[in-house]
Amino acid sequence: MAGPKYPGFDTLALHAGQSPDPATGSRAVPIYQTTSYVFRDTEHAASLFNMERAGHVYSRISNPTVAVLEERMAALEGGVGAIATASGQAALHLAIATLMDAGSHIVASGSLYGGSHNLLAYTLKRFGIETTFVSPRDAENFRRALKPNTRLLFGETLGNPGLDVLDIPAVAAIAHAVKVPLLVDATFTTPYLMKPFTLGADLLYHSATKFLGGHGVAIGGVLVDSGRFDWDASGKFATLTEAYAGFHSMDFAEESATRAFLLRARREGLRDFGACMAPMTAFQILQGIETLHLRMPRHVESTRKVVQFLSGHAAVARVIYPELPEHPDYELCKKLLPRGAGAVFSFEIKGGRPAGKAFIESLRVFSHLANVGDAKSLVIHPATTTHYRMSDEDLKKAGITAGTVRLSIGLEDPQDLIDDLDRSLKISQK
Amino acid sequence: MRLHVGGKEVFAYTANHEPDSAKPTVVFLHGAGLDHSWFGLQSRYFGYHGWNVLALDLPGHGRSAGPALTTIAAMADWLAGALDAAKVQRASLVGHSMGTLVALDCAARQPQRVERIALIATAQPMKVGEAFLDAAKRNAYEAFDMHTIWGHAPQVPLGGNPNPGMWMYGDTQARLERLAPGVLYADLKASNDYSFPGGVKCPVLFILGKRDVMTPPRAAKTLQEQIPGAKTVVIDFSGHSLMAEAPDATLDALIEFLR
Repeated sequence: MAGPKYPGFDTLALHAGQSPDPATGSRAVPIYQTTSYVFRDTEHAASLFNMERAGHVYSRISNPTVAVLEERMAALEGGVGAIATASGQAALHLAIATLMDAGSHIVASGSLYGGSHNLLAYTLKRFGIETTFVSPRDAENFRRALKPNTRLLFGETLGNPGLDVLDIPAVAAIAHAVKVPLLVDATFTTPYLMKPFTLGADLLYHSATKFLGGHGVAIGGVLVDSGRFDWDASGKFATLTEAYAGFHSMDFAEESATRAFLLRARREGLRDFGACMAPMTAFQILQGIETLHLRMPRHVESTRKVVQFLSGHAAVARVIYPELPEHPDYELCKKLLPRGAGAVFSFEIKGGRPAGKAFIESLRVFSHLANVGDAKSLVIHPATTTHYRMSDEDLKKAGITAGTVRLSIGLEDPQDLIDDLDRSLKISQK
Repeated sequence: MRLHVGGKEVFAYTANHEPDSAKPTVVFLHGAGLDHSWFGLQSRYFGYHGWNVLALDLPGHGRSAGPALTTIAAMADWLAGALDAAKVQRASLVGHSMGTLVALDCAARQPQRVERIALIATAQPMKVGEAFLDAAKRNAYEAFDMHTIWGHAPQVPLGGNPNPGMWMYGDTQARLERLAPGVLYADLKASNDYSFPGGVKCPVLFILGKRDVMTPPRAAKTLQEQIPGAKTVVIDFSGHSLMAEAPDATLDALIEFLR
């Protein structure tokens, strides 16, 4: 018998989760645009509701098109399964709501997407879940912020806006020492650039809106479980290890040690909070994933060219990209991100807010908008947009200067991007 | 349910039901390196349809204390002890892979305890390849790879999981990674070394996967010849992990046989 061989990443990106549709032979993933599914009889209905048979009941809980995306992402990440959600924010909320109750505490990286920061700092606080934010530059900061009621450590694989590289092995070790899981937002890296589970993370999620979908046409998220965290041994997660009156008195870890988290997240989180993904959205994101392994190398290759160009430009004060030797996480980046540090980065333009404004308004190829991870190149100037109400002093606290510009490098001819940047930088300095 | 067998704690999944002496009992016996949850859907069905369910974690697996047992005969004797602990005189047995050998041995040597047996993915002899045994003996991850890949039909990594959103390979790997060193080797060696003594008189059902590469249907032929009158259901497209790959077809076959 020949030795065992797993399908490669590229093959999984195209196939995992779907065999040709048994009803029609459709090779593409069919869009099951339906809310619900006919039961064979009352017995069949009861057995689906009671988890005695596999299948679909109602598309808020599961849908065949969405299930292909979920299984494909689990395969690409090396997890046991996944749940697709209405957005990346919904995935983060679903993870937290599945794990903990009021009175719990989270230690999170302070270098987070603004929406995630808002959820943790303000919204969840109203529901009794407190978060301590720490600088991810030193993993020990996570340990120092631990409390007896800490239930989760959380960070982004590449932080915002300084592109801090999360030291996942070190932070995971700190989390596991106190028997809590590490959740990471892997949006900027995708499974092509990094596999967080192999580094020690327990749970991860993506804003699938970004590089997974890759074309800026659909909002979505996906939450993936490694299945490796031992909820029983931890003893800190009653939602997973005690009978749940809201679903057949099920003890999820007793049902399955590896699937407990996803069982509760689907049977409670999707059922009650309802932030599910639409089948059309799943289809659109799947189209993106089918070329992820082709797009990401090009994103990275073009980003390196643009970074190199900007690094030597007279109008640029500094470039913030972890592949540059002057970046504080340069060595960590080489270790954890050998395929590249992604396609989103920042630089500081000389001349502050007026220069930033002039630069943005002169660009022709780059699109000025609030997104990243599109096939098209994107730009935003935080001081005049997302953070325009903040003083220069407050911007500094957020790691942003009046001249900070964030770029997301797309798939255009990189020379056209460089020319666009060069022309606009010159205009900005007049 | 927590039982005690030979002074060691044993976990038995009961599908959220207290034992009822008026009901028949069905015992689920998992395969090498796995645990009770391998029968998740099927065991829940019987628990909610008039049966006492005992989906056992064999010693050293899942929630049951170790060490793992090293022969099929020892597992069958342990099973009798588990039935005693649960105050069950007689039960139907549903085994998967290594669990089929435990069911067979129990039915052959302790026929008074066994009503009928369903054998899901079985073979006799259940020869395990040298490379697989050697990797398991070395506790090398390669053994988990072999278990994962050969334990499913070839189309599984590229096909859809009937259980929405789940990735069968990942789930198998995550389960195997929880094993203490030596457990998988003990299971594989016990399966490899077992020789069925014959003499089973109770009703027997074979449920076989047409695309099973670990225990292909042809490997069950000798056993089928040793048990005249046994019924056989072959499930198209399924590999070795029938409960996950073809959960409904497997359940339907069990319902028909056990009803």
